[in-house]
Amino acid sequence: MLPVAEEIGSEALLRMFTTFPKTKTYFSHLDISARSEHLRCHGKKIVEALAEGARNISTLTTTLAPLSRFHAYQLRIHPTNFKLFNHCIIVTLACHMGDNFTPVAHAAIDKFLSAFSAVLAEKFR
Amino acid sequence: MVEWTDAERKAIKAVWGKINVDVTGPQALARCLIVYPWTQRHFGSFGSLSDAASIMSNKKVAAHGKVVLNGLGLAVKNMDNIKSTYAPLSVLHSEKLHVDPDNFRLLSDCVTIVVASQLGRAFTPDIQAAWQKFLSVVVSALGKQYH
Repeated sequence: MLPVAEEIGSEALLRMFTTFPKTKTYFSHLDISARSEHLRCHGKKIVEALAEGARNISTLTTTLAPLSRFHAYQLRIHPTNFKLFNHCIIVTLACHMGDNFTPVAHAAIDKFLSAFSAVLAEKFR
Repeated sequence: MVEWTDAERKAIKAVWGKINVDVTGPQALARCLIVYPWTQRHFGSFGSLSDAASIMSNKKVAAHGKVVLNGLGLAVKNMDNIKSTYAPLSVLHSEKLHVDPDNFRLLSDCVTIVVASQLGRAFTPDIQAAWQKFLSVVVSALGKQYH
């Protein structure tokens, strides 16, 4: 998935901003219009972090500790937004993969993204 | 009252026009039962739901998937009146079927994902936004008569 990290990540972000406009409030400091440099760069960063989590799937809490602190103490994103982004990643994968995005693959990805988000939100309080 | 722009109406009808109820319905319901296994609680009489393969080949799941998607067609035909159109269905789901309304959103997400996999790149972010706005109105209408 890594070579298309930028494409998947930026598309997922764009889908989220379009379907759930309130999520844009966290990005007022960036240009998040379609195909912008910021959008592509940020999308790539997120997908690379997801890939890193997937490579260390049994030690998510330790692997993601720095990101977890960052989301809790600096970004302070309302936790419901993680679900919205996860949904848009899944929609993006479905669009790109068609029938290959089987129910079993969908279940596995959904479970992984939920676990990933739970770790990111762990230090919130 | 929900306001629909012309672009939204066009997008929703276009998506609906591309959906085959007999294919999308079964796939969406099966996906929901697989990805969110707790939703199986409402389908005890459907026979074997023990794994993904048995869910996907279960004839009762397929039949019910078609019923659900045909119900969605009712909303497409009555976009300016979804709340009152769905009132009887809401009563049914609350008083007879006892379905936790949070599960409606999960099924609607699965419908979106099946549609996305069928339409591919044609399911653009703008079309997704209009489609999801429509589904969220339907989900809200289904939960309206709960008390």
